[in-house]
Amino acid sequence: MRSLHPEIQYATLSQQGETAQLGMWVFIATETLFFGALIFAYYIYRNAYPKEFSEAAKNTVLWCGSLNIGILLTSSLTMVLAIDAAADGRRRALRNWLLATAALGIVFICIKGFEWYLDYSNQEVPSINFIIKPEEAPAGELFWVFYFIATGLHALHLTIGIGLIFYTLSRVRRGDLAPAYYAPLEVVGLYWSFVDTVWIFLYPTIYLVGRS
Amino acid sequence: MSDVALGAGGTIPPAEVEDVELYHPKSWVTKYVFCQDAKVIALQYSATALAIGLVALVLSWLMRLQLAFPGQFSFIQPADYYQYITMHGMIMVIYLLTALFLGGFGNYLIPLMLGARDMVFPYVNMLSYWVYLLAVLVLAAGFFVPGGPTGAGWTLYPPQAILSGTPGTDWGIITMLASLILFIIGFTMGGLNYVVTVLQGRTRGMTLMRMPLTVWGIFTATVMALLAFPALFAACVMMLLDRLLGTSFFMPAIVAMGQPLNYGGGSPILWQHLFWFFGHPEVYIVALPAFGIVSDLISTHARKNIFGYRMMVWAIVGIGALSFIVWAHHMYISGMNPRFGFFFATTTLIIAVPTAIKVYNWVLTLWRGDIHLTVPMLFALAFIVTFVNGGLTGLFLGNVVVDVPLSATMFVVAHFHMVMGIAPILVVFGGIYHWYPKVTGRMLNDVMGKFHFWVTFLGAYAIFFPMHYLGLMGVPRRYYELGDAAFVPPSAATLNIFMTVAALFVGFAQLVFLFNLIWSLFKGNAAGPNPWHATTLEWQTPTTPPPHGNWGKQLPVVYRWAYDYSVPGAKQDFIPQNQPPAASLAT
Repeated sequence: MRSLHPEIQYATLSQQGETAQLGMWVFIATETLFFGALIFAYYIYRNAYPKEFSEAAKNTVLWCGSLNIGILLTSSLTMVLAIDAAADGRRRALRNWLLATAALGIVFICIKGFEWYLDYSNQEVPSINFIIKPEEAPAGELFWVFYFIATGLHALHLTIGIGLIFYTLSRVRRGDLAPAYYAPLEVVGLYWSFVDTVWIFLYPTIYLVGRS
Repeated sequence: MSDVALGAGGTIPPAEVEDVELYHPKSWVTKYVFCQDAKVIALQYSATALAIGLVALVLSWLMRLQLAFPGQFSFIQPADYYQYITMHGMIMVIYLLTALFLGGFGNYLIPLMLGARDMVFPYVNMLSYWVYLLAVLVLAAGFFVPGGPTGAGWTLYPPQAILSGTPGTDWGIITMLASLILFIIGFTMGGLNYVVTVLQGRTRGMTLMRMPLTVWGIFTATVMALLAFPALFAACVMMLLDRLLGTSFFMPAIVAMGQPLNYGGGSPILWQHLFWFFGHPEVYIVALPAFGIVSDLISTHARKNIFGYRMMVWAIVGIGALSFIVWAHHMYISGMNPRFGFFFATTTLIIAVPTAIKVYNWVLTLWRGDIHLTVPMLFALAFIVTFVNGGLTGLFLGNVVVDVPLSATMFVVAHFHMVMGIAPILVVFGGIYHWYPKVTGRMLNDVMGKFHFWVTFLGAYAIFFPMHYLGLMGVPRRYYELGDAAFVPPSAATLNIFMTVAALFVGFAQLVFLFNLIWSLFKGNAAGPNPWHATTLEWQTPTTPPPHGNWGKQLPVVYRWAYDYSVPGAKQDFIPQNQPPAASLAT
């Protein structure tokens, strides 16, 4: 294992670790505002067209979304277990939990892709393959646009997260992480939990509210 | 506040020095191009911002020429005029002022003033600049794409921003939105650095309430920008989809030439809300760094401590918070629910309170000070006057009943140019004259500096004071030409010519300034480490200009606030922040 010493702009490793985490928290704050604007706009239009939005929401694939929230919540658990393993210096467990987290993320993306395929077959993809259903007319297309933007951006974030996990795995192999310093993993963990949390907000917004 | 409770004559031991060789960039490329040193990134930001700002300056000349001599210049067609307006506004507000204050001054001053070796995330900081440069290039590409840049106005209001008939709806609007998206990505990377460096990277003894007000201003502005830009980001993504994929986020049902367009259901006012939720904080994102820098310039050049430091800090934070709940005062005539007007007019007028506190404190700092009329000081004083002038017309426009008749006139143009165009750019100049000696080791030429100051200051008033009058007469803004409108007296044409001549002179003075920047680099007088006898840490570096890592082997330790000027009983009329308490007393 390489000897760990802080970068020149830090006095100690713990300062470097805290700083990295604070950086991620600030980034999450900006992301919250970004997704917040999107979800806010969604609810403004839902308020303007309540009937069309609930009818359109009923045409979403409920089991895909529900299964996916279970998968993502589980992946947050495995991520925390990976951080726990890193804190104890159990490298095999760390690698396995990280792989499990990445695998769950990939399963999420696959289910999401299958769900998009179902939506496509159902002719619900605006400007690519879209025929308005009678019960969704006239403004139902707005719902589908939001649906694809929100889930698409979320999937993009998740893909970045999966990339970060593999990058962290390569750092684990190089021996960059030690019980004395595993902040890079904690930063990835924070990001992962944030992406998870976004889905916790998107899931009821997209799948449940219209079905009540 | 000046001295720390350390026990009698006690000093804090200097920060421990690790026995590792400091990392230094080796090759030319890592030193000057893909450089992670915040100081180099700051210069890259500043040079790029000034270069694109020069383009916007030329655009303003073209607009002024058209307004003064309508029909005389065949190369300025109506569509061109709208494109000039749009690009001038967008470049000046975002790509010049925001980038220069936060990317330029922020990168240079935050680590140095806080006694840090560098920003906390240097690699991300480097990426920030390169993404910003890409954003500038994409923006500039708008001038060369078919149809030219967008002419939708800098607010890019839909639906007209993406409907044919507006100039630049083919490609210009796409490059504009793409450029904004890139800018926000780049800015977020830089902004993370500025915020986290202030919170985590300060040297020993540098408490938050000992930071120079410059850092407070840049810090608060960056927090605001990180919270405000995501709204614009989301809005830009949505409008880009409206334009490219035909979605209807902001597009209502529209009939054009008797044909219903393939849009429907969206709300154009939603764009205005999202845009101004960013747009109003943006005013203060530009103003707060200016407030901070001016406080330091005035204190240094009047050889007096800043009056009411704590109050100044809380006024900065208060303005930052309030600026998030005033955005709809830009929308009194937009068609939103008129009841909103009452709320937003109230909050808008409340902002005058912390702002007035700042102005009073600047004046009280000057009161019986040992005022040195150096070039930076002239610019700082000019800022106060200009900001008060612009702020007063802001009180007019914050009231719904006054705003409604004035909103579409030149009065608004004059107001926002005074308060967020001229005032912050005066601080930019003041800051450059003040810190140029630290950056280069040489002073800027004083004669050229004074010429630059007086032409810019008086010229700006010659341009914008008459513009208030034109606005009150009802001369509308955004008009390519006025034609023979009966309500516009012939004197308006004369005034327009006067303003245009003034604008050409002011523009010429900026060329003198640019010449001075280059000339002084080679021929300027040697500055020494601390030419202004300032207290803040950036003037106490072991070498000037500071090297990579800023401080050599030993970090400075801070014992006092940043404003120990003319302390009774002290040896000099200033005590640097890193001077231990015992050493400052007269012996």
